[in-house]
Amino acid sequence: MVAGYGAELSKLLESIGAEPGDRVRVLTIDGTTIEGVILPRYELGDSNVLVVKLRSGYNVGIHAGRIEKVEIVGRSAKRGPIGAPVSLLEKEPSPPSRVLVSILGTGGTIASRVDYETGAVKPSMSQEEVLLAVPEVLNYASIEVEEVFSVLSEEMKPWMWERIVDAVARKIESGVSGVVVAHGTDTMSYTAAALSFAFHRGLPVPVAFVGAQRSSDRPSSDAAFNLLSAVIVAAKAPFSEVVVVMHGETGDTYSLAHRGVRVRKMHTSRRDAFQSINALPLAKIYPDSGKIEILDNEYRRRKSQGLVVDNGFDDKVAYVKHYPGPIAEILETLIDKGFHGIVIEGTGFGHVSTDAIKAIRRAVEEGIPVVVASQTLFGRVNLNVYSTGRKMLEAGVIPVEDMIPETAYVKLSWVLARTRDLGEIRKLMTSNLAGEIGYRHHVRLYPRWYHGGKA
Amino acid sequence: MGEKLDYKKLGLKVGLEIHQQLDTKHKLFCNCPADLVEAEHDSFIRRLRPTRSELGDVDIAALFEWRKGRAYEYQAPLLHSCLVEADEEPPHPLNREALLIALAFALSVEAWIPDEIHVMRKVVIDGSNTSGFQRTAVIGLGGHLWVSHDKKIPLETIVVEEDASRKMGERGKVISYRLDRLGIPLIEIATAPVISSPEEAREVAEAIGRQLRLMGRVKRGIGTIRQDLNVSIEGGAKTEIKGVQRLDLIPKVIENEVRRQLALLEVRDELARRGIDPGSLQEEPRDVTGVFRETKSKIIRKTLDRGGKVYALRLRGFKGLLGREVMPGRRFGTELADYARFWGGVGGIFHSDELPGYGISMGEVERVYELLGADKNSDAIVLVADKEENAIKALKAVRDRALEALKGVPEETRGAREDGTTFYMRPRPGSARMYPETDIPPIRVTEDMIREAEKMKPEPLPVKLEKLVETYGLARGLAEQAIRDLRFDLIERLIYRYGDKLPAKTIVSLFVVQLRGLRGEGVDVDSIPDEKLEKVISLIAEGRIAKEAFEKLVTAIAMNPQANVEDLVKDLGLGKMGVEEASSIIEKILRDNIDVLKAKGSKAFNIAMGLAMKELRGKIEGRTVARLVREKLEELLGANS
Ligand SMILES: [Zn+2]
Repeated sequence: MVAGYGAELSKLLESIGAEPGDRVRVLTIDGTTIEGVILPRYELGDSNVLVVKLRSGYNVGIHAGRIEKVEIVGRSAKRGPIGAPVSLLEKEPSPPSRVLVSILGTGGTIASRVDYETGAVKPSMSQEEVLLAVPEVLNYASIEVEEVFSVLSEEMKPWMWERIVDAVARKIESGVSGVVVAHGTDTMSYTAAALSFAFHRGLPVPVAFVGAQRSSDRPSSDAAFNLLSAVIVAAKAPFSEVVVVMHGETGDTYSLAHRGVRVRKMHTSRRDAFQSINALPLAKIYPDSGKIEILDNEYRRRKSQGLVVDNGFDDKVAYVKHYPGPIAEILETLIDKGFHGIVIEGTGFGHVSTDAIKAIRRAVEEGIPVVVASQTLFGRVNLNVYSTGRKMLEAGVIPVEDMIPETAYVKLSWVLARTRDLGEIRKLMTSNLAGEIGYRHHVRLYPRWYHGGKA
Repeated sequence: MGEKLDYKKLGLKVGLEIHQQLDTKHKLFCNCPADLVEAEHDSFIRRLRPTRSELGDVDIAALFEWRKGRAYEYQAPLLHSCLVEADEEPPHPLNREALLIALAFALSVEAWIPDEIHVMRKVVIDGSNTSGFQRTAVIGLGGHLWVSHDKKIPLETIVVEEDASRKMGERGKVISYRLDRLGIPLIEIATAPVISSPEEAREVAEAIGRQLRLMGRVKRGIGTIRQDLNVSIEGGAKTEIKGVQRLDLIPKVIENEVRRQLALLEVRDELARRGIDPGSLQEEPRDVTGVFRETKSKIIRKTLDRGGKVYALRLRGFKGLLGREVMPGRRFGTELADYARFWGGVGGIFHSDELPGYGISMGEVERVYELLGADKNSDAIVLVADKEENAIKALKAVRDRALEALKGVPEETRGAREDGTTFYMRPRPGSARMYPETDIPPIRVTEDMIREAEKMKPEPLPVKLEKLVETYGLARGLAEQAIRDLRFDLIERLIYRYGDKLPAKTIVSLFVVQLRGLRGEGVDVDSIPDEKLEKVISLIAEGRIAKEAFEKLVTAIAMNPQANVEDLVKDLGLGKMGVEEASSIIEKILRDNIDVLKAKGSKAFNIAMGLAMKELRGKIEGRTVARLVREKLEELLGANS
């Protein structure tokens, strides 16, 4: 098969020796002549439709059944040597001495080039490409870029957190001023939480996770804005915490540094999808001026040394949501399957149905910790208010205050890799290790929704 | 600018690109209503970054805007924009209604329709698209459009695409746009560059507009249709002229561009005669601030007080050329100034062909010549007073433009002004920077879609012509004029609606003779909305005004765009009078003359009739007047006798 095309088109293209990139003239059965460059068929669409790029840059599809004849008019042009790329800045900035920021790639892209000939977008995480795409970072630090691995955000697993922890630790040991981790946005907050726990006993410099909600091939991409913000944090923030640095609002004005254990992706597509839940973000960053405005003064201070790594995550932890359905059956299955721990997103204050309590009791008896957070996200779990809650406590669940459920899951995974003792587990889960628990919510720690009228 | 141009000999080639908003319920890629509003809005600030191509290059104008720190303020009306326009949500599937309308047009011109439509991203960096690109798709290739019943013009592409945001203003580095217009479906029709005279260009633009209107699914009114022109002459260059808003401006814009290119070619030849080559222009801008320490020039004084500098550039051998007119009111020096403004962000330039002037003295000019080692008799000098950095950039741009002058006409994108002149917008982008919109899967054109589009497709003009002649009995000449009229769609509709009360011939004549005549007299008939013209025709058809009142009424409508037609009819006294009103007028006349009438006895009726008709002739039928006079006389005289 030629370049994703179906049998008929493949045969036709093979018969004249045409390949993607070749310029062809297509004569249709209705007597029209179309000239353009053959493009490979991408996943979407009918493989019996030939896609041709016209001289004007537009693509059109011609169905095999309408093609009378195809002839080659020009072979795929060997492109001249790629010239020295045009620099975005008039003068290359000279980085401040002895400030080095390491950018680690894990997936997600900061830099892309678009091949306007074929329409292909080539993302890249190479040092050279990143510096070409966002040269302003050099105003704050020298940069080294390294790709740990490249996976789609949704493919992330706990063993990959461990690799990222190792990579970050290695960089910190080498003496960098801060580390930036480029990550796909979908599961970025899980990984950020994972690193928060792995480094909670000693982190001398900031670790800033960053991603993009608009891909980097477009002029409106938020990749550069976010990366610049993250580098500013890594290079000069006074705090040494694991944070997620993303757009603060829809406009290109400021970004926010959220604690890795407090942040959540709250929108499928908006730039400002990442928000802190039940807590204030740590800082505002204005990438145009390089200014950092601290919003929460209780942070761990940057120092020259003191790295302590507590790596290791349990990969057999379940994370389930209570819903009006056979939840008890699900819990029983998890116990049968030998899961090491279960996090339940309970309703409201953290409740599950009575039939599920039986399953919980069994889990605890078998040494499986059951941790409870709330699916309302905002507010605190409280199992003392209603009798169901009290029964849950009796059964041995571990309520985790105002911890967001995803963080509870990551934390349990980390705790289970350290101890399987239920008492120890309870102690660790209910202690505030990395800022994941807050004991005071003032009234503004809840978004104000739009209710019509003047916005 | 006098002598007539022989466009054939000059090898004029014009291509048109017509952009017309479609009249759809929703926008092209979201469910927002497709119209403009003046309403409450939120706003946000964004910047756009130049994207890099596979070869490592970036769009130079985009880069330049970005380096300047250009930012965009987007006004987002809550009911007329959503996250899609805000570039905060991927586009929804392509609006099927818009696609069908565009397909109907493609069918009507017998264009080739792709089996699969691919939505592309066309990089646009002026901020008018929040995404930094315009979503656009070819839905037809080739085809021919009937310009009149016996003339066709070849088309190149038919495209459906999203309209850009509305520019609301500019303050410093921030340009404001409103998102209500962003995403309104447009059809773009591009002709082949085969048009060979300015008048023909207007004719073709009119024909495209007419064909679009015939589908009845396009928006009307100012700003809903925009014309772009590609103009070139033999030995010149292809100039892209954006945003001609009025049809009647097209010939003027083309003529101006041809004259401009001719003037630039003359400048080139003159420079060659003077022996100027690129080597002669290898000059750097020089700081001449010292010359102006004691200057009387207020503009320069102000710049210096603010810490600015004066820089000068020598243009060897350019003496006298900067003052040469290239367009009405624009000189070659203006072209240099356009570059200085665009690339240097400065307010303007001073050049030796206009100096001394602007408070700059002869002595100062001579000192600058001296400092630059320039020859007063053959060299030109250009001065810029601004921040040092800007002044240098501006003069380097001037030098680049001067170098282009050695070659002739640079490839540019220019903007059209209301007076038919044009201004430099940016260099013509190299090849189109286009790549697939991966958020929208390719759309298979199905037989169902074609069937639906066929229903919307207008008949070809020759078919319509025959119908007018055969079915409505129009003389062939008149019918030919009708189908060439820009409002042919309206004429056709009026014939259907009022043809039983008013002969088709009358309706057509009112448009192609009376209305055209008024336009010739300078009445702005083209701004009158269709609804008002339809109202006029309906009043005539219903016998409420005489058809002789048409011109007077239409003129009044054109002059009072806010007034409604019925009010104007009343104000002008054009309406046929009601019986009641006539009756009370008659009563007054009779009462005023009651003594005379009493005295005249049996002759009273004739006298009363004479008096009444003097007042009421043309406003109500004589028969009715007679009846009323008789009744009133009886009433009055009877009562008094
Ligand atoms: Zn919308």
